[in-house]
Amino acid sequence: MSIFSTRFLAASALALMAAAPLHAKTFVYCSEGSPEGFDPAPYTAGTTFDASGHAIYNRLVQFKPGTTEIEPALAESWEVSEDGLTYTFHLRKGVKFHSNDKFTPSRDFNADDVIFTFNRQANADDPWHAYISGITYEYYSSMEMDKLVKSIEKVDDNTVKFTLNSPEAPFLANVAMPFVSVVSKEYADTLQAAGTMEDLNNAPIGTGPFKFVAYQKDAVIRYQKNADYWGEAPKIDDLVFAITPDASVRLQKLKAGECHLMPYPAPADLADIKADPNLKLDEQAGLNVGYLAYNTTVAPFDKPEVRKALNMAMDKKALIDAVYQGNAEVAKNPIPPTMWSYNAAIEDDKYDPEAAKKMLEDAGVKDLTMEVWAMPVQRPYMPNARRAAEIIQSDFAKVGVKVEIVSYEWGEYLKKSMEAGRKGAVILGWTGDNGDPDNFLSVLLSCASAEEGGANRAFWCNDEFSALLAKAKASSDQAERTKLYEEAQVIFKDQAPWATLAHSTQYVPMAKNVTGFVQSPLGDYTFETVDLAE
Amino acid sequence: MLKFILSKLLYLIPTMLGITLVAFSFIRLLPGDPVLLMAGERGVSPERYAEISAQLGYDKPLWQQYFTYLGDLMHGDLGHSIVTKKPVLAEFLALFPATVELAVVAIIIATVIGVPVGVIAAIKRGSWFDQISMTGALIGFSMPIFWWGLLLIIFFSGILQWTPVSGRISLMYFFPQVTGFMLIDSLISGQKGAFGSALGHLILPSVVLATIPLAVIARQTRSAMLEVMGEDYVRTAKAKGLSLGRVIGVHALRNAMIPVITTIGLQIGVLMAGAILTETIFSWPGIGKWMIDSISRRDYPVVQSGLLLIAGIVMIVNLLVDLTYGLINPRIRHK
Amino acid sequence: MSDTSVKISDSAIRRRMLKEFWFYFSQNRGAVVGFAVFLLLVALAIFAPLIAPHDPVHQYRDALLVPPFWQEGGRPEFLLGTDAVGRDMLSRLIYGAQYSLFIGIVVVAIALLGGIILGLLAGFFGGWVDSVIMRVMDVILAFPSLLLALVLVAILGPGLTNAMIAIAIVYQPHFARLTRAAVMGEKAREYVTAARVAGAGNMRLMFKTILPNCLAPLIVQATLSFSSAVLDSAALGFLGMGAQPPASEWGTMLAEAREFILRAWWVVTFPGLAILISVLAINLMGDGLRDALDPKLKRS
Repeated sequence: MSIFSTRFLAASALALMAAAPLHAKTFVYCSEGSPEGFDPAPYTAGTTFDASGHAIYNRLVQFKPGTTEIEPALAESWEVSEDGLTYTFHLRKGVKFHSNDKFTPSRDFNADDVIFTFNRQANADDPWHAYISGITYEYYSSMEMDKLVKSIEKVDDNTVKFTLNSPEAPFLANVAMPFVSVVSKEYADTLQAAGTMEDLNNAPIGTGPFKFVAYQKDAVIRYQKNADYWGEAPKIDDLVFAITPDASVRLQKLKAGECHLMPYPAPADLADIKADPNLKLDEQAGLNVGYLAYNTTVAPFDKPEVRKALNMAMDKKALIDAVYQGNAEVAKNPIPPTMWSYNAAIEDDKYDPEAAKKMLEDAGVKDLTMEVWAMPVQRPYMPNARRAAEIIQSDFAKVGVKVEIVSYEWGEYLKKSMEAGRKGAVILGWTGDNGDPDNFLSVLLSCASAEEGGANRAFWCNDEFSALLAKAKASSDQAERTKLYEEAQVIFKDQAPWATLAHSTQYVPMAKNVTGFVQSPLGDYTFETVDLAE
Repeated sequence: MLKFILSKLLYLIPTMLGITLVAFSFIRLLPGDPVLLMAGERGVSPERYAEISAQLGYDKPLWQQYFTYLGDLMHGDLGHSIVTKKPVLAEFLALFPATVELAVVAIIIATVIGVPVGVIAAIKRGSWFDQISMTGALIGFSMPIFWWGLLLIIFFSGILQWTPVSGRISLMYFFPQVTGFMLIDSLISGQKGAFGSALGHLILPSVVLATIPLAVIARQTRSAMLEVMGEDYVRTAKAKGLSLGRVIGVHALRNAMIPVITTIGLQIGVLMAGAILTETIFSWPGIGKWMIDSISRRDYPVVQSGLLLIAGIVMIVNLLVDLTYGLINPRIRHK
Repeated sequence: MSDTSVKISDSAIRRRMLKEFWFYFSQNRGAVVGFAVFLLLVALAIFAPLIAPHDPVHQYRDALLVPPFWQEGGRPEFLLGTDAVGRDMLSRLIYGAQYSLFIGIVVVAIALLGGIILGLLAGFFGGWVDSVIMRVMDVILAFPSLLLALVLVAILGPGLTNAMIAIAIVYQPHFARLTRAAVMGEKAREYVTAARVAGAGNMRLMFKTILPNCLAPLIVQATLSFSSAVLDSAALGFLGMGAQPPASEWGTMLAEAREFILRAWWVVTFPGLAILISVLAINLMGDGLRDALDPKLKRS
């Protein structure tokens, strides 16, 4: 039982009530990190997107809350040409940008803003391309928008036409991502004239559900409801992000009533949260996978049967209990079950050390010593890689394979794990960017991604598998794509370049009186729908 | 006196230069690459890698980077953070008041408690007060403060619920940051209860941070007092029949304070180290936590200039201590 | 003055010093207690394999986070409970003593050796050698020790060995300064001049003649550094930069335990207590040493 009893809440509830007249309805979110900045384009962290892209801005299209389906946002509708090369977006009319003490918009949102949003990232000659020294547009290039988009044209004030170099089914999902949040061209012009371009990053102006009020570094971000919001207006008046990096401290604050909702609880605390009558816990399968990637180019891991045998020696259930405290699902496929095209028919390798031992002997593997790499950081898909490696170590010992656990500093780890000829197997994982299966399979397992600078840490290049992916990418028929991806998963399972470990569950603890929070499968935290019951 | 100050300042220059070199070269020796960290699990193509490196200036030879850095320093440019892209100096100034506030309150706690305890322990040498307080001081001196902080959180925030868990002030209060010091800003704001809230948030972290300096000051005061009280002129004063209070107040204390002030001053470096741990435990938005985060993110410019700024501050404080010492103890000045 | 006569008087002095030292040291009750605890720690460390009831890294998968035996749900085979992966706390704490003593010894040895050499060079030769060495020491001392150690560990890579090296580097300026000051004081004395006249070389002068006469302050500083090294390495471990799991280093154990602060008090409390007790014991000893050596320092 928890030592933090209800007294905690009673006291703080009083405190909150006392403050109520001061701020009408204030919602406090205990976020886990500081935003890198408030311009959503140059940054890559989820915390930044929650604080900027999702709260302050909108995009042409958006993910329907709680899903990875696309729905209209700043674009009311769109058409895709037969050949899949042209996308025409019809923009919403009467959308107002926010104002602050230095800027009041004189016009509504229009096509110029959309073109500005994309061009400043695409075009190195744009004065806004490097408006802060050292700035880069990581997502724009890593989603390969630079290679994909041929041109963007303004057809009229409310119509924009994108022409692509090749048909690309995930394009729509890409433009729903936070890095292409639409910024105001008029605001940018004003800042440029005033010589305070960096304010685009410090004092953001968007069209989103919340207006930016103030940021105190590493401590608090404050927002106000956007009364002129084009969509359904938020139900809370003020939104506060209380930046609290430590998970146990976040929980204590939640229990003390100092905040209403928090991300990423420590797995160890979940039982306690469930038992607390003043809290509730929302859970959803995360869009992620944690895996152990063998180096399929180095003997004896170049033999599928060796990889398969090792997979069978692994007690994934025990691993999930110890590493995820049971809060994950055993993974059998490289994509999570909540993603469309997940092949549920595939059967996972059985945990059977005896059979595994025999398979290894049959394959002529004796006295094998291998490295298992444990990443030095925590990720939602892998809360404690070191512990996972220790469990794999003791499991493999049972089939006569000696494991040496190695770890490097995170940057080194990422680099060394992609060095060709790497010894040993690497623990790593992936969280989806946009809910498209291509975002998992192509990024992590295609032949192209096995090249230098890719992310295929098994160095696994299977022509049949890659061909299926390429075919699926060019098609805009979802049923056809689903079939192709399902087939690809069969090949993956058969070849076993990874040991798929787990899909972790996302938990969102919140106060009992919080209503309307919708968990995003992409791990975003958005608050336009939340409310506080009296 | 002026000559004394000048010579001390001149002495600082080679050390400062050494510090820039150390900070710069340390950072270049760090394994791990900020460009790769930015790319994360996804990886980055060789062309893109070269492009970003060039943009950040990492493709130039090291000596050239160093001189560019020194040149920028002369212009007051301490570089931009790779992560936030903001000027390092701006970030430092945004976070520094939080650390100063914490450190100042800690040193006040340590002095206000440590000095009287040391004095009384010295006067009543061998008494139960002396023994208990000095045992306490030794325990404080031996305390792993990161653990101590966790225990205090469990006890005061958890079981007793007297203190808030983390942060600098309750989120109910929102007012402009005039000075950056929450205690002062909350008073200026005039909002009812704001000052109390700020104080409540400050109490646990500053107690944790004060623990080691408090122990050191108490021990130092006691031994300085004992030494002074053994000296002839105090004994003479006592023999002359002056009251004990007067002997201690006027003669012993004043002389005993000289080494104590030095000790207090020298705790600044200890406090900076302690701030790293304290800020980490209490999620205190100060420069200690900022440095730790930046080291783990391989934010080169921040670590480099942050080290420089912190070392510079420690040195300036030490210089001030030296000068004060010179002022109250003329013997040094004339040497 | 012949060689042998120097030696005899040397050892005679040493014996008398030792006796006097023990007399003063044993006067201090705290120091004796500290010494006893320290001996106990040494015994625990040496005989850990015999004393510890379990293998410190063995995971009992059916016994995750079992509380200490006196608490409800506790099990007699795990006296102080188990951690998140089912390892016996008591055994880990006992083995942890090995780490702490090892760290203390290695750090002090490296720092002492480096500091003495640099201090001797600086003090003995003076001039630009002195200036360069002492400026470098100033630079090191200008950084808060833990911060510098952190950056050094980040450079060298997290791990026990590197943490020890980093801490030793941060500590050695203290030894260098002490040695230098002592050497400067001793250099002008008669016995040094006499030895020089007798034809002793620089090396001999530095190490055989001067050094033994400045040992007292170095010993006191070494004890202080020993306890600081245990504290700082635990702090590094706590910040994830010291010994790496599954090592049962106390600071690392605390770091791993932090997420269980609300749920399992024992995994947080015991490692910290172990750190406190051992540091306290060493500091008590240090106080006794200083008191015992001090009178001689004053008299000489």
